[in-house]
Amino acid sequence: MTIVLRELVQSFLTFLERVGLLVRFALRLAAILPSGLLRPKPIIEQVYNTGAMSLVIIMTCGLFIGMVLGLQGYDLLTRFGSEEYLGTATAISLLRELGPVVTALLFAGRAGTALAAELGLMRATDQIAAMEIMAVDPMRRVVLPRFLGGVIAMPLLVSIFIVVALFGAQLVGVEFFGVDAGSYWSQMRSAVELSDIREGLVKGLVFGVACSLIAVYEGYNAQPTAEGVGRATTRTVVISAVVTLILDYILTALML
Amino acid sequence: MDSGKTVFSALDIEIRRGAITAIMGPSGTGKTTLLKLITGQIFADRGQVIVDGLDVARLKRKQIYALRRRMGMLFQNGALLTDLDVFENVAFPLREHTRLPERLIRTIVLTKLHAVGLRGAAELYPQQLSGGMGRRVALARAIVMDPEILIYDEPFAGLDPISMGVVLRLIRSLNDALGITSIVVTHDVREISQIADQSFIISEGKVVASGTTAELRDHPSPIVHQFVDGLADGPVPFHYPAPEYHEQLLGGKVFA
Repeated sequence: MTIVLRELVQSFLTFLERVGLLVRFALRLAAILPSGLLRPKPIIEQVYNTGAMSLVIIMTCGLFIGMVLGLQGYDLLTRFGSEEYLGTATAISLLRELGPVVTALLFAGRAGTALAAELGLMRATDQIAAMEIMAVDPMRRVVLPRFLGGVIAMPLLVSIFIVVALFGAQLVGVEFFGVDAGSYWSQMRSAVELSDIREGLVKGLVFGVACSLIAVYEGYNAQPTAEGVGRATTRTVVISAVVTLILDYILTALML
Repeated sequence: MDSGKTVFSALDIEIRRGAITAIMGPSGTGKTTLLKLITGQIFADRGQVIVDGLDVARLKRKQIYALRRRMGMLFQNGALLTDLDVFENVAFPLREHTRLPERLIRTIVLTKLHAVGLRGAAELYPQQLSGGMGRRVALARAIVMDPEILIYDEPFAGLDPISMGVVLRLIRSLNDALGITSIVVTHDVREISQIADQSFIISEGKVVASGTTAELRDHPSPIVHQFVDGLADGPVPFHYPAPEYHEQLLGGKVFA
């Protein structure tokens, strides 16, 4: 029993230590943020790398999530004879929950792992050390633009995901099942409020900060070996997914 | 050190300005650690590292960066930035630290690339270069800011005889032409003895011999003799510490 207790305490202390290191890393990023914003070019490049390069997967998944919502929503709503509310139901579930959460999970899998692996390899091949020796702060030159690129890209990706998904649901509901196109869009417009859109974008932004921070932290602090880089990418996906879902609950509770 | 192991104790090395100093020793004696101490990447628990009158451990981050701007370092694997081509790799320190006009940057970079014989490779990417070429590009990058101190970490490791001769000649000619203080960490005794002005052999955390190449060759110490002549066994044993051979073979246990 004491062994179990000791292990538990030990795990908890390790967890606290990791959180502390992550917070210190985040504070350091925050401290160099103003000077980093003065150089927009590398940030724009990273918005392209993390955002534009994730578009295909985001749009494909958005389309299919929308189509599934169309199917399930139509099936459910016809039981109550209110299939004209399909647009409203789809839009609200996408704006509030599915859009930001699924985008964040996809972002962690596509862009997060790429970021972590890239930084880990830069560490393993001494590129980070070389910058240090050249008196260039790698946090400022390499980490900050990648972090900001992710933060900027995420709300944009969330918006694109939601728009594509709405058309996916429309494709199934209106084109296949014959829900009236006018009621699909007009019910949506009358029921969706600005606060729903705000909730989606705020979640997107918060998830963007969390997922990007986890990816650059894990990559930058990866053990400089093949195994270390592999572990960093895995941890990026796993931690990002768990943190996203926990944050989602907290944000939902706060914004309801 | 993290592992609790003492890497150096009572190590005393004085490096002459303008000379080529070789630091040699068997693998695992902490040669690279010594370079990290000189460049302020790590700090000693005790003792001092003085570079041009400055105690490295007492410098603030900005001062260390200022000191590093006066240094160049050639990493074992080149450590070129893989997302930039050869030209941009060499231009990198100039772009980060100066506001020179583009034409001047171009001239400086081409001059440095010419000095290492790779002006024609300016548009190639690091992954298109051979090991020797990569190291020469890294050398061009290391000298682009006209450093006062140039540090080489295992510059000959893994090079074919021709590339090795080229790098060797470059170290000597750069040292003489630019009046640089060169520190070469290596275990290639024969190669470095052709160009070094003074040498130190480190073993078990101490300097076991120092002097010119000729002085080292006639040194009475058995470990120096073993190292200079490349003998497999001697004070540095061939065998990693293990239990008696026959006992382990005849005994049941795989490991002691």
